[in-house]
Order: sequence, then C-alpha cells, then structure tokens
Amino acid sequence: MANAPETKVTHGTIERSTTLLFVLSFLVVAIGGLVEVVPLFRLDETIKPVTGVRPYTPLEQLGRNIYTREGCYTCHSQQVRPFRDEVERYGHYSIAAESMYDHPFLWGSKRTGPDLARVGGKYSNAWHVAHIINPRDVVPVSVMPAYPFLWDRDLKYDDISDHLRALRKVDVPYSSEGIIDAADDIRAQATGEGTEGLLARYPGAKLGDFDGRPDRTTEMDALIAYLQVLGTMVDFSDVRLDKPKE
Amino acid sequence: MHGIITQDERQAVVIPGYDEQIVRWFTLATVIWALVGLSAGLLVALQLTFPSLNFSEYATFGRLRPVHVSGVVLAFAGNALLATSLYVVQRTCQVGLWGGRQLSMLLFFGYQLVLVLALTGYPLGITQSKEYAEPEWYADLLLLAVWLTYLAIFTGTLARRREPHIYVANWFYLAFIITVAVLHIVNNLAIPVSFVGTKSYSQFAGVQDALIQWWYGHNMIGFFLTAGFIGMMYYFVPKQAERPIYSYRLSIVHFWALIFLYIWAGPHHLHYSALPDWAQTLGMAFSIMLWIPSWGGMINGIMTLSGAWGKLRSDPILRFLVVAVAFYGMATFEGPLMSIKAVNALSHYTDWTVGHVHSGALGWVAFMVFGSIYYLVPRLWRSPLWSHRLVEWHFWIATIGIVLYITAMWVAGIAQGLMWRAYDQFGFLQYSFADSVAMLHPYYLVRALGGLLYLLGALLMAFNVFMTIAASRSRRANLRQSERPGIDSMRPSVSEG
Repeated sequence: MANAPETKVTHGTIERSTTLLFVLSFLVVAIGGLVEVVPLFRLDETIKPVTGVRPYTPLEQLGRNIYTREGCYTCHSQQVRPFRDEVERYGHYSIAAESMYDHPFLWGSKRTGPDLARVGGKYSNAWHVAHIINPRDVVPVSVMPAYPFLWDRDLKYDDISDHLRALRKVDVPYSSEGIIDAADDIRAQATGEGTEGLLARYPGAKLGDFDGRPDRTTEMDALIAYLQVLGTMVDFSDVRLDKPKE
Repeated sequence: MHGIITQDERQAVVIPGYDEQIVRWFTLATVIWALVGLSAGLLVALQLTFPSLNFSEYATFGRLRPVHVSGVVLAFAGNALLATSLYVVQRTCQVGLWGGRQLSMLLFFGYQLVLVLALTGYPLGITQSKEYAEPEWYADLLLLAVWLTYLAIFTGTLARRREPHIYVANWFYLAFIITVAVLHIVNNLAIPVSFVGTKSYSQFAGVQDALIQWWYGHNMIGFFLTAGFIGMMYYFVPKQAERPIYSYRLSIVHFWALIFLYIWAGPHHLHYSALPDWAQTLGMAFSIMLWIPSWGGMINGIMTLSGAWGKLRSDPILRFLVVAVAFYGMATFEGPLMSIKAVNALSHYTDWTVGHVHSGALGWVAFMVFGSIYYLVPRLWRSPLWSHRLVEWHFWIATIGIVLYITAMWVAGIAQGLMWRAYDQFGFLQYSFADSVAMLHPYYLVRALGGLLYLLGALLMAFNVFMTIAASRSRRANLRQSERPGIDSMRPSVSEG
C-alpha cells in the first residue's frame, strides 16, 4: 500500500515482488501437506500388519477394474466405521491393512447404496447375478442402474499380464510366475479346474463359475469374484483391535 | 490499488495491448460448459429418482456423475477462473498478457481439449475413480502442460506489470494456480498399463492413497473453488459496487490464513476411517480454524458495500455477487460444523454432504461466475447487456432452485443418517438400508426440481449473452458501413451497471 512506511519490511514488500509472493505462497501451502502426508508413509503403525491380506487374483483385479469403470464407488462406500450400528449392519469395521493393495483406494464418500467393504460371502453368486442384471428384481425400491451387459460380455484379459506388471511397479508383490500365468489363473478361478498354482499364489481364493455359465468367462464373473472377496481376507477371530464406539 | 478500482472504465479500455479476445473466448466457453455441466447434473439427479433413466451402458449414473462433476468444476468453474483471472491480471497490472496471442490461444485450445478428452472418456468408463481427479493419465499429462502454461502466462504478466503493487485479487489467483499444479501432480501419480491404453494404476494404495486423494480433493475446493473465486470477489464486487475493498488489512490476514489453513483440512473426509487418529484430529482442528479466515473474507466482501447497500435493490448483477459471498459465508460455517467428528458421524456418507457441496457450488461458485459474466460481457463486446430484466429473472429462478435443492438435501441427509443408526425397543436395527432408500424418493424429486430451475436460469443467461453479442455485432456492422470499411474505429462505449 502506498501509505505503508517504506523504511521497514511490510506486507508492501511482498506485494511489490512477484518472486516473493510466489515463493512465500508456495511455502505456506507446502507446510500443511508435508506435515500431514509424509509421516503417513514413514510411521510403521499406519498400517498394522494382519495375516490374510493378499494381492487380488487376476480375475478379482479385473472385477475391481469393472467396479471402477462403472463408477460403483460413486454410490457404495467400502469403509465400515467403528460404530455399533455400522458394525451390526455391515460387519467388523475396516482396518488399514485390508486396503494395502488397493490401487487406487475405493473407500467412496457416499452411501446411496449400502457399504460393500464386507459384502463378500453375504449373498450367493446367483443373487448377485440377478441383482446386477436388474436390481429391482430382488430389491424393489432400489435406484441402482441395471447392468445386463456385464452378463453378455466376455471378459477381455489378453493383456492381464501387463496389468499385473503395472501393479508390481506400484509395489503390489506379484511374483514373476504369477504374472506369466495370470491368464491361466483367470481360467482356473472362473472354472474351478487346475487351481493348484492359483491357490498357492492366492490362498483362500473363491473358485468356480460365478455367473452360472461354465462355458463362458464374462465381465459378470470378474465383478462377482471381486465382490465375493471383499472384506473376507482377514480372519477377525484372531485379530485383537479396539472395541467399537457406541 | 484503490485507484484502479475506482478508475474510469473508459481509461482502462483504451490502454493498448490488452488481449481481450482470449477473455471473450473463455467467457463463451464458460457459458457453454455451464449448460453441459448443469444438464448432466439434472440428468443424474433424475436417474436417482427414476432408475429407468439409466437407459444405456454409456449413460448410467456411475458413468455420468463424473461428467457432471468435471463439467461443472473443471469446465464451467475452470473456464470462468481462466476468463476472469486473465481479464483481472491485465487490468490490475495495466499490461497485456505475457507470452502473446499464440501462447494464450494454446492455453485456450489445450484446456478445452483436456475437457473434451476427459468428458468423452467417462461415458466409455475411462476414469481413475478419484473424485475431482477422474481424468486418466493421458488427459492428466495434457492438463499438466496446459496448467504450467497458465502459470507461466499469469506469473509472467504479474512480473511485467506497470503498477508497483500486485492487487489482492491476483494474490489469490496466483496461490490458486500454484497449489492446483502441486495437487494435480501428486494425486495423479500413476503407472499406465500400456502407453497405447487408457488404464493406469495409482502410485499410492489404500490409506495413503485415501489421504492424498482428500488432501487433493479438499484443496480443489479450497483453491480451485475458493481461493480463485475469492480473487474474483476482490475484483468484481468492488468494481460493480463502485466502492473500494472494505479493509486492506483484513485482506492480508484473509489471504495468508486461508492458504495456510486450508491445506490441512483434507482428512475430515476420512473421519472414523482406517486413517490414523492423529491425522483425523489434525484435519478437524484445522477445518474449525478455517472458519475464521473464511468469515474474514466474507465480511471483507460484503462490507465493501457499506454506504452502497441501496444498489442491491436496483442492480441484479451486484446482487448475484453479494448473495454469492453470503452463500460463501453459509457454506464455510456449515463446513467446519460438519468436520467435527461427532457431527460427521451423522452427516458422512449421506445427502447432507451433497447438499453442503451444492450450497457452495450453486450459491457461491456459480453465482460468482454469473455476476462476473454479466459484468464482463458488456465490457468485452462493447455493448450494453441485452436485458437487465432477464438478469433479474435469472437471479430469482436460480435462488429458488438453490433453496429447494439444499433444503431437500438437508432433510434427506439428516433423516438418512438417523435411520441408519436407529434401534427399536428390542435393541435391533430399526430400518433396513432399503428403507432409507425408499424414504429418499420425494426429496430426490424436489432436488431434481431445484436443479431444473437452476438450469433454466443458466439458459436465460446464455440467451442474454447471445443476444448481447448479436446486438454488438450488428452495431459494429452498422458503424463499419457508416465509417471507412475495414477499420474498427468504434469508440468503446461504457456500458452501464
């Protein structure tokens, strides 16, 4: 300002210098981000290790990509909060280790539909098929879009090894063998045949024909394989955590 | 600085070397994208009311919601920020844009290309899934190049200004451009599956990815939709009111406090999640502190009218700008409230959040844009606004639209949150999730009606802008006929309002 004293350093000094304004703004903005974000990568207790969490099988990962493609996260959260009602409705509250291989995270921010963090194993494959083809056939008041095309479309997985390779670059521990045999793993999981390699790499993977048509591997197969694994990797009977809040 | 605000418009118009063509283009783009983004919003609102409107694989709610969000945030608000910042920086620095016509053209077409790439990708299912950062890696790289061009043009223009001081609006614009660049780079770090494909995987996973996304997401609100728009406020409110900014001191405190505090607030989107408690608490504390500079800014904007309150009655353009600031005050009171963990436990995941976002987006952001467009168009096309009455209609239709929208979402959100946690007398959960979905139907209908009104208002604006430009063209053509052909010697006319 013109009426500010010129002899000492005032805010006018900053206002008269593009460089000062640029650098100071940048620094002021950088502080908060650094203090908040950096420790999250450095502190060990950010993700308390639990047994059971494994990378997704190739079929589950492709199902996850379909979940992302269709924007399911815009209406379904995947993060159960530690409240009595949520734990009763959805199951054990979510812990950090459960999404340690989620690139990107899909916690969501809105529940137009229910939380799906622990939907795995709650409904049969047949229920999911019916629900995804037309949600109102099984839940009359549902406002979810119908996805009949997932049932019609064969899953494209000729580039699955490239997907796993990209995921390995962001630190998901896929083995070289797992990357080479990824297409075989998809066929094995979707048919339930020749599953030794698959189960050795991905213990506890759910097997077999998710869409009810053994002769085809469709996008429906992949999506249901993903839904059925959600929240099932950790066995909470041997994990000790804080009690949920009232 | 105060001198510029009260300076005769005529004098500014004739300063040679201003690049107004680019501002005109960005202004037109703002109007067109407003219609795209708002129409998409109306459609997705109706889809939640009538699910049969999900008529195609390419037009489901899940795929169209980012069309709406990017359409209004990146496209509508983004073009408005570009238009106004490039106008304001030239006027307040008394100098043309750095880099010349070619570079500013590159900025314009580059930005529109990013938008077209992003918005055509979503119906095809191409998305990163990160809110406000849905565009995939190839659009992100292009956006980065475009944004750095923007930063260069803006900073370059500041550096060669003819005024000794950098005007306060430009502080906010500069902080917004710098911060968005940083946010964009960090949150979009990803490994593409193949360089000929569209899919990529985020560099970060799980809890770290969540924090980085909401550090990004909240600061897109804090800098893209707030700091940049505060820049608009500090120029267009005093201009339209023909009064200097209320307090220079307050604007200094407002600026530094706002940009320092905002950046911390992101974790309030992750309350009670697997994010460590210390980060949640930090986010909450800073969100509450943020209330202070936000209201400081609001007071500075509204009190600029002191001594000129009567103008609100007669000038619908000023009313747009001032009501925008009032909505800013309301949304920035509601925001800190919702960031308190106990409140957030109820509001999170519900439509209350959607209502909150829209009281900011419809009331603050879009009203600020509407006021600025009505200010800019007559000056850019040298022709008085075609109809002030239509502005009046736009104002009231849009205001009623907002009121319907946000009250419906408040009631819906709070009811939803209460139903999820309700227990019956036997200690069982009282409602199934589906019960809460059924309850929402009438509120979603009212919300869609509010959205429809809001879109109608924007259509009136588009029509008004179109007619103003048409009138300007025919006037110019007449002048050309009466004077020597080929020379645009028209005297700039000072438009009213």
